[in-house]
Amino acid sequence: MLDRPQPRALAAPRVSGHYYMAAASDEDKARRFRDAALPFLDDVFTLARYLMRNETDAEDAVQECYLRALRHFDSYRGPAIKPWLLAILRNVCKAEFARRSAVPASSEGRDDDRVEDPPAIWQGPQPSPEAELLQRSDGQRIRRLVAELPQPFREAVVLRDINNLSYREIVDVAGIPLGTVMSRLARARSMLRAAWNGEEGSTT
Amino acid sequence: MNCAESEVLIHALIDGELDAGHAREVEAHVATCRGCADKLGAFRAMRAAITAAELKEKAPTHLRRRVEAALTSPPTEAAGAAGRLGAWLTIARASRRNFLGGFALGTAVSAAVAASVVITVLGAGEDRRIAGEIVSAHLRSLQGSHLTDVETSDQHTVKPWFNGKLALSPPVVDLTAQGFTLIGGRLDYVDGEAMAAIVYKRRKHLINLFVGPRLGGAPRGAKTAMVQGFNVYHWAQDGLGFWAASDINADELAEFGRHIADTKRPPSARP
Repeated sequence: MLDRPQPRALAAPRVSGHYYMAAASDEDKARRFRDAALPFLDDVFTLARYLMRNETDAEDAVQECYLRALRHFDSYRGPAIKPWLLAILRNVCKAEFARRSAVPASSEGRDDDRVEDPPAIWQGPQPSPEAELLQRSDGQRIRRLVAELPQPFREAVVLRDINNLSYREIVDVAGIPLGTVMSRLARARSMLRAAWNGEEGSTT
Repeated sequence: MNCAESEVLIHALIDGELDAGHAREVEAHVATCRGCADKLGAFRAMRAAITAAELKEKAPTHLRRRVEAALTSPPTEAAGAAGRLGAWLTIARASRRNFLGGFALGTAVSAAVAASVVITVLGAGEDRRIAGEIVSAHLRSLQGSHLTDVETSDQHTVKPWFNGKLALSPPVVDLTAQGFTLIGGRLDYVDGEAMAAIVYKRRKHLINLFVGPRLGGAPRGAKTAMVQGFNVYHWAQDGLGFWAASDINADELAEFGRHIADTKRPPSARP
């Protein structure tokens, strides 16, 4: 369920000058787009990194996302550009999975939270000095456990806990009802907690 | 509330997504249920650990450069739209693998998504919580017999009534011509702040317009939120915060808000 665009007579643009003006040149439009969208490159890359299986694919998806977004910038009516970009990125990744697989990887219109692809395996930590490694090990471990969650749950956790989207924004990005967002997050965190406790148990 | 509901709702509680009423319900359940209390504690700790781990990736410099270059490369002057598409395809082909080939053309779907992902919502956290409080106050006014302290459709009776009761003078305007009938006003408390509540009616629907000192963050524009099926339209003007709450649809509520906002502007500034 997506709300219609709200009238914005009172709204001051949150991102300076993202309104399209007929007279504006393509160059001007591209510049305004860069100003508005590039600050979210880390967010877009993060989601791409968790959705795609390797870094190369993630980077390609990020680039395609930005090119697509620029093409549709005319019809963009803000103000929240982050979820808009993430929704486009998600489509890019989905389309790529669909292209690679004879079996459609789409979860559109389904609400059964079926596990659709094998968990992504995060690449091992980069070599680093011991002290730093120790400090980073907790982070590395959480990251790996998140990356090992099955797709719909991984996405929910990344959008909420790493990209910091509100539930309503996740509704828009993932195209699922609010109730599904809530139940998915609850399940995802339970799975994460179980995985975490399982490791604690085996290492201590 | 039972444990099954609580198991889902504790996450919304942790995320600050529950309105005041539901938050109280979950907290009341957790206070009496050991199992759910343990879960709430564990998930709070886990969320804190995830936040502390700073899992947000940093886009590598080479990717940043690559994206910037792709967005900057000017399309050839004469080529027009077709040329522009060509330029993008060229960039696509130039990428390390032919990864982009698969979706270079399938843009219709993303256009639909782009058009639909424009919803404006109140930000999570403080704004969201206050929107919840506003809806709770709206609901209270509908349930009890205390909808108005002063019941009249005369704006010149309602406005002076607030004198001496509040440290602010709310705008009270007659919007009968616009299809919103003034019912009256009352003093209300939202989030511990005394506020003016001005009541309007459209068809069978009641609208509570809360006017008070600005709560929460400083909104830079009007925002609409939906809380428990009610719409809340919020804006700030002249140092005051305005919250309109109703069960009418978001468009009509925004129209109502704009009428109120317009009457407060000097005539020269009106369109």
